[in-house]
Amino acid sequence: MSEPVIKCQSVYKIFGANAERMLKEANGNVDAKTFQENGCIVGVNNASFEVSKGEMLVVMGLSGSGKSTLLRCISRLTEATGGKIFIEGQDLLNLNNKELIDLRRNKMGMVFQSFALLPHKTVLENIAFPLQIKGIKTEDSINKAMDMVKLVGLDGRENYFPRELSGGQQQRVGIARSLAVEPDIWFLDEPFSALDPLIRKEMQDEFLRLQEKLQKTIMFITHDFDEALKLADRIAIMKDGIIEQLDTPANIVLKPATEYVRKFTEEVPREKVLLIQDVMDEKTSSDIGGLKVSKDEIIENVAEKILTQEKTVAVTDSKNNVVGSINPAKIINTVFGGRKNNN
Amino acid sequence: MEILKKYPKLFQWLFLLVVFFALCFAIDVPETYKFIRGQAEFIKDPNQSAFVFLGKEVRYYAFDVFWRLPPLLGWLPIWINDSLFFLMNDWMPMEFWNEDTQEYKTRPLVLQITRNLTAFMTFLIELIREILLGGLETIVAFTSWDWIDANPWAELPGLPWTIVAAGSAILAYKLGGKGLAIYALLSMTYISIFGQWKPSMQTLSFILVAAPLSFIFGLGLGVAAFKSKRVEKALYPILLVMQTMPQYAVLVPALVLFGVGDHAAVIITMIVAVPPMILLTLLGLRAVPQEVMEAGRMSGCNNWQLMSKVLIPTARRDILIGVNQVIMVCFSMAVISAFIGAKGLGFNLLLALNQLNIGLALEAGLCISLIAILLDKMSLAWANKQVDYFGNLNFFQRNKNSLFFGVVVIVGILLAYFGSIYFKDGYNYLFEVPHNKGISTAGFWNKGVDWIFDTFFVYIKAFNTWLIVDVLQPMRALYLRMPAIATLVLVVGAGYLIGGIRSALVVCGLTLFIALSPWWDRALVTTYMATFGVLVSCAIGFTVGTLCFQNKHSRNFMLNVCDIFQTFPSFVYLIPVMMLFGITDTSVLIAVIVYATIPATRYTIEGLRSVPAGLHDAATMSGVTKFQRLFKIEFPLAFPHMMLGLNQTIVFALFMVIIGAFIGTEDLGQYILKALSDKNGAGIGLTLGICVAFIGLIFDNLIRTWVDKRKKHLGID
Repeated sequence: MSEPVIKCQSVYKIFGANAERMLKEANGNVDAKTFQENGCIVGVNNASFEVSKGEMLVVMGLSGSGKSTLLRCISRLTEATGGKIFIEGQDLLNLNNKELIDLRRNKMGMVFQSFALLPHKTVLENIAFPLQIKGIKTEDSINKAMDMVKLVGLDGRENYFPRELSGGQQQRVGIARSLAVEPDIWFLDEPFSALDPLIRKEMQDEFLRLQEKLQKTIMFITHDFDEALKLADRIAIMKDGIIEQLDTPANIVLKPATEYVRKFTEEVPREKVLLIQDVMDEKTSSDIGGLKVSKDEIIENVAEKILTQEKTVAVTDSKNNVVGSINPAKIINTVFGGRKNNN
Repeated sequence: MEILKKYPKLFQWLFLLVVFFALCFAIDVPETYKFIRGQAEFIKDPNQSAFVFLGKEVRYYAFDVFWRLPPLLGWLPIWINDSLFFLMNDWMPMEFWNEDTQEYKTRPLVLQITRNLTAFMTFLIELIREILLGGLETIVAFTSWDWIDANPWAELPGLPWTIVAAGSAILAYKLGGKGLAIYALLSMTYISIFGQWKPSMQTLSFILVAAPLSFIFGLGLGVAAFKSKRVEKALYPILLVMQTMPQYAVLVPALVLFGVGDHAAVIITMIVAVPPMILLTLLGLRAVPQEVMEAGRMSGCNNWQLMSKVLIPTARRDILIGVNQVIMVCFSMAVISAFIGAKGLGFNLLLALNQLNIGLALEAGLCISLIAILLDKMSLAWANKQVDYFGNLNFFQRNKNSLFFGVVVIVGILLAYFGSIYFKDGYNYLFEVPHNKGISTAGFWNKGVDWIFDTFFVYIKAFNTWLIVDVLQPMRALYLRMPAIATLVLVVGAGYLIGGIRSALVVCGLTLFIALSPWWDRALVTTYMATFGVLVSCAIGFTVGTLCFQNKHSRNFMLNVCDIFQTFPSFVYLIPVMMLFGITDTSVLIAVIVYATIPATRYTIEGLRSVPAGLHDAATMSGVTKFQRLFKIEFPLAFPHMMLGLNQTIVFALFMVIIGAFIGTEDLGQYILKALSDKNGAGIGLTLGICVAFIGLIFDNLIRTWVDKRKKHLGID
């Protein structure tokens, strides 16, 4: 596997007057309670993970779980107290100011929860802003920004001011702005949390469409578990600054690592998350009927077909080879079965 | 015991009051005490004692220390004064090249710096003044007198008043639309026709220099304070004191440093106008959402780009409100700095007041108010104006205002030219209406004043006598009867009960400074006048505010009235009261009351308005009557905000009391006024100013601490 785009090694972020000294004394064994007694608040506690190229990592947690702090450490909007962060092999925490600015101007884009648009600039000027900061000629930057306006479907509104746009439209501007410099790494900090449910769904679909086209390396922060399941390649669940579990959506649902994660997954409709391959039998049974389903299908999409069968259904891979089988009873069990002892 | 447990605070307060009164009765007035001692005059009197500190001899009347504390800080004004003189005359002499005499000259560093500074200010003022009124100084500064003689075409006249009036109307139109434009045109025309053009333009040129400079410095310091905690911490106490320091007091040291005239006035104005600008800049920058700042950083801004392209534009509105404040302070200083020889309307106003020519004073005051309102409305309109998109307009649409102004200039010059033909012998009224050659209403007003005096003399006199004999004198005697130690106990105790040990210490320090200065009695007189003013103002303000709040139209109307009244420079308030009550304490107090009622009313309305609408509905649904709602819901919730209004009321009242010295009071203000004409007055003036500021800060600290606690308790922010 090629080098990960983002690599974190025991990253700590501790707020407080003598955070660094306390961290050193703790010797890698950070307990939030003892820190709090000494006037320090632990934001991120020993976070280690990698994100590879083109992957979307969704960091999920309730408010105060440190997910936004983690993102800000990786974008270096706040300085991590301890640990190492590598961006494409570069040691992020050792960059000087100029190198950091260079990195942000060329490699990183970020979308914010409350949109964070500049109120005195039009849509077009907002999107062109990072380009102009970079020193690109006005005409070129405006042309490029216009492409971005079209990409997010705001053409016709490029001369509006942010105050004249709806929330969803404003966030489209935020997305376009973060993409204007064509970054490799895309940070999204709860981008859809401030939007109405209907608009949110629309924006999520739009976001997936964009990602399919652009294939960026993404860190996406959300407090909405459904959103995480819908978008993620992998999900990291955070609580009190600690990453409780980092895995694929299916594994998180099927094999929750801690009690906390299990509570989250309890109410999740499995058929919407799990793929056929997650629940199929590896062995092909003798009692196979005529129907074949792909192992990459989400259960929800094929459940009706399978349930009308009386016999076991064959599961195929992308080359149409039979790789396993699935019994209709198994589907019923997955959807309605006792969730607490599932598998 | 039950009650004691139920209301512990109440009993603590009662206990404090009992101690206070016990002390008051226990400590007798000493035999030797004469009301208001002459310590500050430094007259030798065999009854006086003396001590020497830092080489300065301080003389004072030795009283029982519990009655009045000895003036241990008496050396401070003398020391400040001597230090200033030392700085100006002896410190760091250096060789400087003198352009006129073509030789090196030895001069102290500070003197040289202040002289260069004043020369620069003079140049700026002359530049604008000559554009508006005509003159040669600026051209000469770049060339020479000989050059002017050789090129007589360069002796350009100033702009005709028609151009200035129309120009301001165009600017007003651009910023605030039709209504403001009409107002601008009318008020400018009024000023011209009534023969106040020249002093008005002098005042305007003064403000056009002072306001932008204050803006630049305030913005710069505000940004510095925003970026560095250390700068903010260093600035904060200075800002606090400057906010409560009467503007008079700054005049005196400046007189020593910068001499007399417009340039000194500009520098003083900057000193007074910069603090509010710093505060509002800081406030605006702090209010920029964290995420906007992060968005700027993630766009790859360096520090400079972040400040100039993201933070300042986003905080634009608050910063422009700061500009508005700066302009208002400039106006109030434009009048006050007439005391140190600034030309313009303020000077005329002062002169007229001195001669008791109410009519003339009224005319000058009206012009000041007209210009002040105009600039106030224009700067507010600028602050509230949204940026528009111009990209899709053609050249003519984009520059229509400039083009129109160009046309106005040509028409104005042509008019002035025709005027010079038409009014061949007299004054060219289409160019400039000379001072006192316009229409004057002074006679009318003077007659009006006489009539009022003739008709209502008996009633006014009776009211005056009643107020002074039955209210003011007893109150004043009561204040002066308070022993210093009892007052100290009361204030510190209040500080402790409200804000704990920290507050108590701060308040104690502030009070001790005043008590140990030679002017404790004067400070008591100032406090008594301010207290009276504040009590009446609050009574009026809270009532009027509450009544006006009941109806949306009256509420907005009242807020507008407050806006306009607040725009008037404080000195203007003295005109009508002198008209009615002559030169008495009553006049000062009524001016104080009128002036201080503005914040009381405004904060009452705003406080009541800040009560959440949801609570309003909830109360209505619980079936409360209008009165129940007012007393059970709105007042308790609005009270913290109203207390901030009280805070403002106190500051306003103190300012006005000090300015009232001009009419003749016998408090701290009077001494500041005296210090103005005293060769050694700089130290005295400054120390007195600090004393007044500290009186304000004592109340400020107590009220603010209480409000913060109360707000936390109520869970409102």
